[in-house]
Amino acid sequence: MDAVIEVKIMTTEYKNKKTLVPNKYDMPVQEPVQRIKNFQEVALGYDEETAAAEAARCLQCKQAPCCRGCPVEVDIPAFIKLAARKDFAGAIKKIKEKNALPAVCGRVCPQENQCEKFCTLGKKHNPVAIGRIERFCADRELHNGAVPQEVAAATGKKVAVVGSGPAGLTCAADLAKLGHKATVFEALHVAGGVLMYGIPEFRLPKAVVQEEVENLKKLGIDIRVNAVVGKLATVDELMEKDGFDAVFIGTGAGLPYFMKIPGENACGVYSANEFLTRTNLMKAYLFPGYDTPIRVGRKVAVLGGGNVAMDSARTALRLGAEESWIVYRRSRVELPARHEEIEHAEEEGVKFRFLTSPTRILYNDDYWVTGMECLRYELGEADDSGRRRPVPIKGSEFVIDVDTVVVAIGQGPNPLVPRTTNGLECSKKGNIIADPETGATSKPGVFAGGDVVSGAATVILAMGAGRKAANSIHAYLSGQTTTNS
Amino acid sequence: MYRINRKEVLAPSVNLFEIKAPAVAEKARPGQFVILRVDSEGERIPLTIADFDREKGAITCVFQEVGKTTRVLGALNEGDSVKDFVGPLGEPSRIEYYGHIVCVGGGVGVAPVYPIARALKEAGNKVTGIIGARTGELVFWEDKMRAACSELRVTTDDGSYAGKGFVTDVLTEVIKESNDIVLCIAIGPLPMMRAVCNLTREYGLKTVVSLNSIMVDGTGMCGSCRVTVGGETKFACVDGPEFDGHQVDFAEMARRALIYKPQEKLSLERYLNESEHQCGCSHRGENNDNRVQK
Ligand SMILES: Cc1cc2nc3c(=O)[nH]c(=O)nc-3n(C[C@H](O)[C@H](O)[C@H](O)COP(=O)(O)OP(=O)(O)OC[C@H]3O[C@@H](n4cnc5c(N)ncnc54)[C@H](O)[C@@H]3O)c2cc1C
Ligand SMILES: Cc1cc2nc3c(=O)[nH]c(=O)nc-3n(C[C@H](O)[C@H](O)[C@H](O)COP(=O)(O)OP(=O)(O)OC[C@H]3O[C@@H](n4cnc5c(N)ncnc54)[C@H](O)[C@@H]3O)c2cc1C
Ligand code: SF4
Ligand code: SF4
Ligand code: FES
Repeated sequence: MDAVIEVKIMTTEYKNKKTLVPNKYDMPVQEPVQRIKNFQEVALGYDEETAAAEAARCLQCKQAPCCRGCPVEVDIPAFIKLAARKDFAGAIKKIKEKNALPAVCGRVCPQENQCEKFCTLGKKHNPVAIGRIERFCADRELHNGAVPQEVAAATGKKVAVVGSGPAGLTCAADLAKLGHKATVFEALHVAGGVLMYGIPEFRLPKAVVQEEVENLKKLGIDIRVNAVVGKLATVDELMEKDGFDAVFIGTGAGLPYFMKIPGENACGVYSANEFLTRTNLMKAYLFPGYDTPIRVGRKVAVLGGGNVAMDSARTALRLGAEESWIVYRRSRVELPARHEEIEHAEEEGVKFRFLTSPTRILYNDDYWVTGMECLRYELGEADDSGRRRPVPIKGSEFVIDVDTVVVAIGQGPNPLVPRTTNGLECSKKGNIIADPETGATSKPGVFAGGDVVSGAATVILAMGAGRKAANSIHAYLSGQTTTNS
Repeated sequence: MYRINRKEVLAPSVNLFEIKAPAVAEKARPGQFVILRVDSEGERIPLTIADFDREKGAITCVFQEVGKTTRVLGALNEGDSVKDFVGPLGEPSRIEYYGHIVCVGGGVGVAPVYPIARALKEAGNKVTGIIGARTGELVFWEDKMRAACSELRVTTDDGSYAGKGFVTDVLTEVIKESNDIVLCIAIGPLPMMRAVCNLTREYGLKTVVSLNSIMVDGTGMCGSCRVTVGGETKFACVDGPEFDGHQVDFAEMARRALIYKPQEKLSLERYLNESEHQCGCSHRGENNDNRVQK
């Protein structure tokens, strides 16, 4: 009761614009000195009081501009209103109408570029911490046991979902809710895609991902791990032999790019994918308790400037590196990683070398990395993306003393599925071509979405694509459209 | 879980497992491999498909106990299961009519070479098989190989069984005897494959080898398995595992195989210490999952 009254008072006060709370409530974090020694979560989450108080900051704008920034269109004011009343069960139900993985999104969505970017409060003050409230509601539910979700009567239609990343999981969940039987095929031994093998434990605990996956299974989704489509059945066989009425491809962008410079195969050079997969998926940080090893030397250089690079650099410190460097071709302002990640990395002692790019990797007689020769760059004219292009400075070669190198310069789509599927059109880079609104590909009955279509993007965009595809698969299966174009 | 239907000890530290995995068996072809994981703390390790039975829905693997994981695996018995088993991975061997082919299997390499030799003979080729082992008691599948090949020669390094000498010695003989050999397929330990390639290069005999670089996912996602072939970086798990042996940078491979040497040693020592202590208590701390406590 008290809470309800309180909210009423605060809403009236907002109207008078008197006691508006200008700043976000802080979220407790593990201190840097402590956290670089462990893989536990950095950001600890709100408690109930803080979550409700933060929710009470929301102005409940009629137009709800925040919703425009959310790729899956969560009804933000509605769930926040419930959270402010401490009706967290109601709030999570509201969120889940649109978002199948709220505990994940609340943690890893780049909110500053999405929902929170458009928040009215953000014009003059801090925006409402939408993600943090979302996270609290989701965590609370995971803690208390999920409320069962409604599932439509079975339609008798079967859909194969290839890949269990956020795109595939969302698509499968939505299809299940619509009454279709979704079977997810995953190449690795666990479901989750990048959420399991890429994003580090200290940003997204794997137990949280698995709990979310378990919740989705309750919708009746069948997840088959250890199933590499294209090696076991091909997409064509899934449709022709195994009786699937439609297929969704959400195989992500898992193919690591290398620099193609001399010495790159030396011992001690990792792709970010390998570095992170060994650590997260295989839990090499718990070696020898877990069997998969990883080797990190004293000085680590991470090539690249995105989230993947930040994650690798921070992981290196936790694995015991004395120095962890980000080596980036452009300057600080161009770093594509989220601000929060850059800040966390800096707090933890990650160092940066801007306007620098390697030309070759040096190694000793045992083929182990001993250093990295780099070239200095300066910023030239703006390129197509509007960013100033880095230009190498002739003769500026110098050597960085490192013994481990992690290459985090991007990933492309894995060619396995495109290569083994007849009549599936792909771009030059190998991405599957799909209609951005429907996910329809050039092949009837086959839909695609997520990183395999867009190139490496974000969790929530992949989820948005999974949702759109589920809706158009539903339309396709309901005979509303006979072809999927 | 994937059940071990049958176990056979082929030689000291060399085991055969027939594992139930119908979907994999359905698709398996000679030259491909699987990746398995014994339990939830285990490493993903690749093993070549030594045989497959589509009717029984089973895959046969032959492995040598070298480190922790292969020993844990070797301690399992019929009726036990492994947690994960994924395949068939890699590109299958190119089976077609070539003419006269030599198939060389060294050590446990006999197992992966067997289905290839068999398929090549079925495709109408004349197949000369050569199997070699360090010593007589390590020779296995002689009968199977004899049946799969048109002709079989066996050798041991120490001469304790059949002929004395390395497979390369026998291969030299074979090459000298017959001038119609068009292809050599060699699978075995790295130094053996390297030696075979050095030899066949002299004779201009095209040679295919199956590379066993260190892998994690086996689907082209990590690059752990990268090898240099013909000056280009390839991912052994998806571009291979078979490559033109004359193009392979074996020196690089040999060094990359040692990346985790200290960790492997530690892991093995820890395992051996634990297995000495046989009270059946939790060997693995909190995450004990009833693994191998004989
Ligand atoms: C290190 C790292 C950090 C990131 N941090 C963030 C972040 O903070 N916030 C954010 O929003 N985004 C982040 N991203 C990006 C985000 O994770 C991806 O955009 C998102 O996961 C893409 O989802 P997806 O479903 O398309 O593909 P993925 O998550 O890549 O999943 C694809 C799945 O398909 C499986 N698969 C592939 N081929 C086959 C096959 N042939 N058969 C069966 N299964 C197959 C793969 O094993 C994988 O599990 C990060 C990415 C990385 C790598
Ligand atoms: C495509 C392929 C097919 C293979 N087929 C067979 C086979 O049919 N029979 C067989 O006995 N062995 C095979 N191997 C080798 C087998 O995978 C290794 O012996 C096994 O991984 C060793 O694990 P361990 O923990 O027992 O030993 P460890 O002590 O961990 O390692 C011993 C040696 O094995 C190699 N190795 C270690 N980890 C891996 C890994 N994850 N992937 C690949 N190699 C590794 C390293 O060179 C290492 O020095 C194959 C390897 C590959 C890549
Ligand atoms: S899903 Fe992401 S973008 Fe949407 S409301 Fe939640 S945090 Fe914001
Ligand atoms: S824009 Fe901000 S203040 Fe307005 S409803 Fe959305 S979250 Fe609340
Ligand atoms: S094992 Fe990961 S790419 Fe080959």
